[in-house]
Amino acid sequence: MSLDLTLHTRPEVPLEAEILSPDRLHSLSLAEVEKAQVLHGNSTVALGEFFRVGGSADGEIHLHGDLARVKYAGAGMSRGHLVVHGNIGEHLGMGMSGGEIRVEGNAGDWVGPEMRGGAIIIEGDAGHCTGAAYRGSSTGMLGGEIIVFGKTGNETGHAMRNGMIAVGGDGGDFTGVNMLAGTIVVCGNPGMRTGAGMKRGSIISMSQAEMLPTFSYDCCYHPVFIRLCLSHLARRGLPLADACINGEYERWSGDAIELNRGEILIYKPKNS
Amino acid sequence: MKIKSTEIIDTFAEAFKMWGTRVIITAENRKWAMAAARSMTGFATSVIGCKCEAGIERELPAEETLDRRPGASVLLFTPDKDSLGKRLLDRIGQCVMTCPTTACYNGLEAAETVNVGGQLRYFGDGHQLSKRVGDRRLWRIPVMDGEFLVDEQFGIQPAVGGGNLLLLGKTARATLGAAAAAVKAMQATAGVILPFPDGVVRSGSKVGSRYKSLIASTNDLYCPTLKGVMEQTSLPPDINCVLEIVIDGLSEAAVSEAMQVGMQAAARPGIRQISAGNYGGNLGQFHIRLRDLLAESAA
Repeated sequence: MSLDLTLHTRPEVPLEAEILSPDRLHSLSLAEVEKAQVLHGNSTVALGEFFRVGGSADGEIHLHGDLARVKYAGAGMSRGHLVVHGNIGEHLGMGMSGGEIRVEGNAGDWVGPEMRGGAIIIEGDAGHCTGAAYRGSSTGMLGGEIIVFGKTGNETGHAMRNGMIAVGGDGGDFTGVNMLAGTIVVCGNPGMRTGAGMKRGSIISMSQAEMLPTFSYDCCYHPVFIRLCLSHLARRGLPLADACINGEYERWSGDAIELNRGEILIYKPKNS
Repeated sequence: MKIKSTEIIDTFAEAFKMWGTRVIITAENRKWAMAAARSMTGFATSVIGCKCEAGIERELPAEETLDRRPGASVLLFTPDKDSLGKRLLDRIGQCVMTCPTTACYNGLEAAETVNVGGQLRYFGDGHQLSKRVGDRRLWRIPVMDGEFLVDEQFGIQPAVGGGNLLLLGKTARATLGAAAAAVKAMQATAGVILPFPDGVVRSGSKVGSRYKSLIASTNDLYCPTLKGVMEQTSLPPDINCVLEIVIDGLSEAAVSEAMQVGMQAAARPGIRQISAGNYGGNLGQFHIRLRDLLAESAA
């Protein structure tokens, strides 16, 4: 049986609730869960002041209600499942290393910042800086997967070093900015200045991207890696047309102001 | 013991411990996938002369492969695990990477792995790219038609080599027909390959030779042309052709199953006896008794 937490009082200011993680709630009784401390603005309060608690902690947590003001859910998570039946706030899955988070609504900014492993699936939209490095940090996402069925904001995958981010809709500006390695797939429009400052890594776009002058055109070909990557994402539930999985892609290398070892792969429809 | 009119000799096949792996090859179409698979499994009939034994386990339709392209499943076996990695590296590098449009994936989930893609990547001369998709780490090596995609790690596991059946026929035509029927039936078994040409070997061997430099020589007890000159022969007077089917598998159960279906398919008029090759039980770790296989078939 899973642990169910239902929001009964909407917080007036953001609620910082790193405790909402299978690692931290594992083996706690319901009373202990209710007494667990969270930050409401600058006040420390009991989780029970905002959530009604039911079920039992067995590694799977279900959050109900509009949690758009609940931050840091799943932070540092290493195992288990966290399911959000609604919207969720910022810093979801910060630095997580394992397990899976699924959000049935939208997520705020900073989804999976500096995460190292595991998976985050957002069925709606995500905000800015998905899978990104925090300001002042040299490295963003180090592993795992973030799959957003909707769109994301700016700076998706900023300074990411490994892992995969897939965006079902548009990707916002500066997708993959300062990317070190890893893979970003954008099914919609990737926005302006895609891949700016990228050293290595791959950005795959299903729409024509506005290429920076520091990227150079290589060729048009059928990358088997894309078939593998998109087939994997399709199995994870991301709707992808067969034409994109089987199609041809233009390859651009860049960013020449850095190592010039990154690539942007742009889907080329047959009749274009 | 009989199946129809064919006598089943009460003996056993003596098989050996080996190490095995499964490689999945895909390509733009069936032609190129099979070209790579045939190339990779060429000159791999016997560890005695080829350092490994390999064969095509089965063709794979596009819907069964990771990248949704037609493919083939290849099994490769060596006597020890150290050499398995070397053979994989040689054969994937020389026979799969060289073949247009191919990609190569690990097809065996196993506790032990060998690093193949991580070695082949150096062919990329610094232009290779590493990618992680799900739990797999892959290498993209730039080549002249685009890039060659290969898994970094390939699973390896203990396996069984040298399961065998000997078909003793009255004529070459009847024996070839029975062997072909047996091979067709045995190839439907998962986890086995028949490493010899189209699954059949005519030059069965015994251990040792009168020539000191040879570790194996012709199996004279089963050579029909030597019946009149040998002091001993294993062939009844009316036998004029013997063909052998050798089976390597990822498990003893898979090898046994293949032998079982092979016996049933080969037993027919014109095949006087079905036997199996062994070395008196002194060399191989697995003794697969034809009697037991027959009993399992009856059950």
